[in-house]
Amino acid sequence: MYDKLWLIPFFPLVGSIINGLLGKKIKNEKVIGGISTVAIALSFVVSCKYFFQLLGDTDKTHESIVASWMSVGSLQVDWGFLLDPLSALMIMVVTGVGSLIHLYSIGYMHGEEGFYRFFSYLNLFCFSMLMLVLGNNALVMFVGWEGVGLCSYLLIGYYFEKKSAGDAAKKAFVVNRIGDFGFLLGLFLLFWTLGSKGVWTIQFTEIAANAHLLESGGVIVTIITLCFFLGACGKSAQIPLFTWLPDAMEGPTPVSALIHAATMVTAGVYMIGRMCGLFAMAPTTMMVVATVGAATALFAATIGLAQNDIKRVLAYSTVSQLGYMFLAMGVGAFSAGIFHLMTHAFFKACLFLGSGSVIHGMHHGYHHAHLHDDPQDMRNMGGLRKKMPITFITFLVSTIAISGIPLFSGFFSKDEILWWSFGSNRGHWSLWLLGAIAAGMTAFYMFRLVFMTFYGEQRTDARAKDHIPESPLTITIPLMVLGVLAVIGGYVGVPAILGGANHIHHYFEPVFGEAIKLNNISAHGSHATEYALMAISVGIAVFGIFLAWTMYVKNPALPGQFVAKFTGLHRVIFNKWYVDEIYDALFVNPTKRLGTFLWRGIDVRVVDGIVNGVGKLVNVGSMLLRYTQTGYVHNYAFMMVVGMLFIVGFYILR
Amino acid sequence: MTEHLLSLLTFLPLVGMIVVLFLPRDNGPLLKGCTLVVTLIVFLASLPLAFNDVFKTSAEMQYVEFVKWINIGDYFQMNYFVGIDGISLWLVMLTTFIMPIAVLSTWNAVDKNIKGFMALSLMLETAMLGAFISLDLFLFYIFWELMLIPMYFMIGIWGGKNRIYAAVKFFIYTAVGSLLMLVAIIYIYYHAVQSGINIDGFSILDFYNMSMEPELQTLLFLAFALSFAIKVPMFPVHTWLADAHTEAPTAGSVILAAILLKMGTYGYVRFAIPLFPEATQQFLPYLALLAVIGIIYGALVAMMQEDVKKLVAYSSVSHLGFVMLGIFALNIQGLAGGMLQMINHGISTGALFLIVGFIYERRHTRAIADFGGLAKVMPVFATVFMIITFSSIGLPGTNGFVGEFLILMGAFASELRWFAVFATTGVIFAAVYMLWMFQRVMFGKVTNPANEKLDDLSMREMALMLPLLLFVFWIGIYPNVFLEKMNPSLENLIKQSTSKQHVAVVEVEQPSLLTLNK
Repeated sequence: MYDKLWLIPFFPLVGSIINGLLGKKIKNEKVIGGISTVAIALSFVVSCKYFFQLLGDTDKTHESIVASWMSVGSLQVDWGFLLDPLSALMIMVVTGVGSLIHLYSIGYMHGEEGFYRFFSYLNLFCFSMLMLVLGNNALVMFVGWEGVGLCSYLLIGYYFEKKSAGDAAKKAFVVNRIGDFGFLLGLFLLFWTLGSKGVWTIQFTEIAANAHLLESGGVIVTIITLCFFLGACGKSAQIPLFTWLPDAMEGPTPVSALIHAATMVTAGVYMIGRMCGLFAMAPTTMMVVATVGAATALFAATIGLAQNDIKRVLAYSTVSQLGYMFLAMGVGAFSAGIFHLMTHAFFKACLFLGSGSVIHGMHHGYHHAHLHDDPQDMRNMGGLRKKMPITFITFLVSTIAISGIPLFSGFFSKDEILWWSFGSNRGHWSLWLLGAIAAGMTAFYMFRLVFMTFYGEQRTDARAKDHIPESPLTITIPLMVLGVLAVIGGYVGVPAILGGANHIHHYFEPVFGEAIKLNNISAHGSHATEYALMAISVGIAVFGIFLAWTMYVKNPALPGQFVAKFTGLHRVIFNKWYVDEIYDALFVNPTKRLGTFLWRGIDVRVVDGIVNGVGKLVNVGSMLLRYTQTGYVHNYAFMMVVGMLFIVGFYILR
Repeated sequence: MTEHLLSLLTFLPLVGMIVVLFLPRDNGPLLKGCTLVVTLIVFLASLPLAFNDVFKTSAEMQYVEFVKWINIGDYFQMNYFVGIDGISLWLVMLTTFIMPIAVLSTWNAVDKNIKGFMALSLMLETAMLGAFISLDLFLFYIFWELMLIPMYFMIGIWGGKNRIYAAVKFFIYTAVGSLLMLVAIIYIYYHAVQSGINIDGFSILDFYNMSMEPELQTLLFLAFALSFAIKVPMFPVHTWLADAHTEAPTAGSVILAAILLKMGTYGYVRFAIPLFPEATQQFLPYLALLAVIGIIYGALVAMMQEDVKKLVAYSSVSHLGFVMLGIFALNIQGLAGGMLQMINHGISTGALFLIVGFIYERRHTRAIADFGGLAKVMPVFATVFMIITFSSIGLPGTNGFVGEFLILMGAFASELRWFAVFATTGVIFAAVYMLWMFQRVMFGKVTNPANEKLDDLSMREMALMLPLLLFVFWIGIYPNVFLEKMNPSLENLIKQSTSKQHVAVVEVEQPSLLTLNK
């Protein structure tokens, strides 16, 4: 029944190999783009089939083993896949949004030199991401986990001739590797601990079934989950490992949409969902997860307030929204976290693609006028709503969704998270407060973005301003589809107090239900509280929008005055709290200095010093001895006489 | 035929060498072609070993040949005694596989005294194969020393600017270790003779079953361990490696990295550990510490290198540290990972040295600063380089990951848990030094005009890389082919290294080490 799951990652892999090997010869952009898009679309079709098959099935967990991978003693690893409601939803998001973004890329990447390379990487990314979500054991997941890291590296470094792109790519991979270090340690400790209780496994279903062998709330399970959480922090750009994501915007915009917003960066959230049984057993870890999530949500939002690059704003917004998801996971609202993951995939992909459409238009205008202004700087935009109506409408819809305005998708998922962070027995009112403030900031900076880009006077250079067209259909169709999803995507999870059935919560019951029940996680509170919290968070969001409107539409001089008054604060926020600089000073430079010291100090001076010193000693010794070998007979004769006298003297005087 | 297969493999290159010596000295293509054909024949002839399924089930020595050689009564007796098991099998295969690639890499690189170079290469192959198949300690020692000579000349004659220093350093470092080992070998023999134990010459199979007092084991183990540690090389006796690699010609570096270094790690697995199990236990923590220091130290020093080849050389110190850690875990995952990583290192680092050779042949420089933007000029090369880079970093799906993962998993399940934690940081540093180098060489704009018109890989160069790429993915995706044939021998090794033990170190409260692993 489910034995063809391998087809889902298989199609994009084939697409990637074809384009990678032959793309250069094919040359025709339509063929190259077509192969890749068809490959991922086929995966989408297969995913749909299995998704609906699973919906109608009573048994919700299915595994399919393809082959053995490693078999060494007690360690048995298979190439195996796992389909349950969680992975089913993820493959739908990955292949669905992925297909749209592939289609979009055909138009967006038109004329790029490495067109085939781009599509090969993009397919390879989808392959890796699907391996990540479909893997039935931690190691196959890790293949996808590092695979998406690789593709992220390749795609961030797509414009490899730019130094900033190369730097960003390397930074992304290395920071992710720090997370992977945690992932591996967690895996080793888990394998060994379960093994010492007689169960040698890294398979998710067996881990879940045997989690009870670990001491609930104990040190071991806490360390294991904290290690895994470090991995999640790397991949999902949470404090302290978030710095790579904003830099990742060096990649082409479709990449930012697919990898650095909709799919890859949510892998950490997915992983916690996959191991919810372990996390739920470790309240300390859960608290850390929730705190880090809430802190990241707020911290990244503050930086988003002051950025001028359209993609950077979205990047910090992504970091912030990922923080929400972790907040959800941390307070035990697993299904809400994944729900937000899904709605976020819709509206954030739409926002990134929309920004790409804007950049595409701006670029077109500048290209026409032979200018080299920055097409991503919002200070050069303004008034684009008339030029790019479709882009504008879809962008606006998604902005409303992310701001948490009722009836749009983001409202339902965000509200669920905020409610749990307040009402859950693993939550705390302070977590709710952080989340609510961040929600207000989100509404502010997102509408600031909309107003700066689409409203007001057009600030583009006069020579270019009339040559900014709406984007072609390959770009606008994905925008429209995602825009619709950004509106309606939330209706699968309408909460009970609003008269909904919260389908998604029940959908995830087979995955998260047991962990929640076993560890007594629940959210309590009166309806009145729930309504009140909802009203407050909506109120905060509306206030944020109003503030943005006042500052950027009604009175555009205000931001300047504001900045003049709080120069110091603005500079700190604008420079991202100097986190990169702090990391450089604390970690990067000392490591380099240590490396140099070990090389020039220890290796060359101490070790080789000793080695060469011994050599020199022998040399000097023989040089001295050489003086005894003069070759003159009288010298030898003299020495013989001295020697004989010595011996004779010795015997006489003894 | 099969009963003499190992001898055939080992001495075919020697016959080839004699043929080469009689060829005209100025006909380069003929000399190179003849050498290539010989190494290819050796490779083809070795294939039946790899396809023999007996290794899946048996830990016994296979293809055994035993001929009495030197016999001076009780005073000295040694035999021509060879054979392979699942451990030496893959090292023999690695040798026969790498040699044709190394020879083909000399096509444009070696142009002075071609005859000498080819003859030495073939002699080296005989010595290396001989060392891997010897079951008589004295025979092993002969081959072990024989390896030293051709490599010494390869570095000293065909090397770079600083070749004499590097060659002498290489020679003296190795000779110091070898001499101690020789003393130890002779001592073991006479100890056996004096104890009245029935032995066949220097047969290690007999020595395995001989019990020795702990104090004696300690001394003998240290002699062996030092000798092998120099060859591996382990921190702090690694400094010959950077010079030897930097100065050696490409083919020399490839052979040195891919095969010669494995002599050290193999030596531990075949001799030092099973011969002296108690001493091994005693020194385990210290050696593991050196291995972990090597991993991190090698990576940090590699990071700051300005010469690509030196960087790759120091990365070897780090990679071999992983191998040693896996071996010292002394459980099946660790040992299997260590063995597999020996092969992986041969493939990936061998490929990296070839890659350095490619750009050196084009630009006659190896300084990272002289490059930049090559990805634009040489796209095919960029792809190949990138795959090998990620294989060296240990990306899942490539060979490097399987080895490193098993090593760390094994070390974590043994008493070396904390060592494994620190060793795991190596995966971060590996990404740093490799990607930083890759970025500086391949990414960015072409700033140096000399780099603007470089040729992409030729057919010959692709032919060198393709077999290596094949194994990068094969071992990464389906390593069982290799693992299943080494498992029985490794299980046997674990038994050997514990059964002789008088003091039970493990059984108390470490469920991990041996008892629970299967």
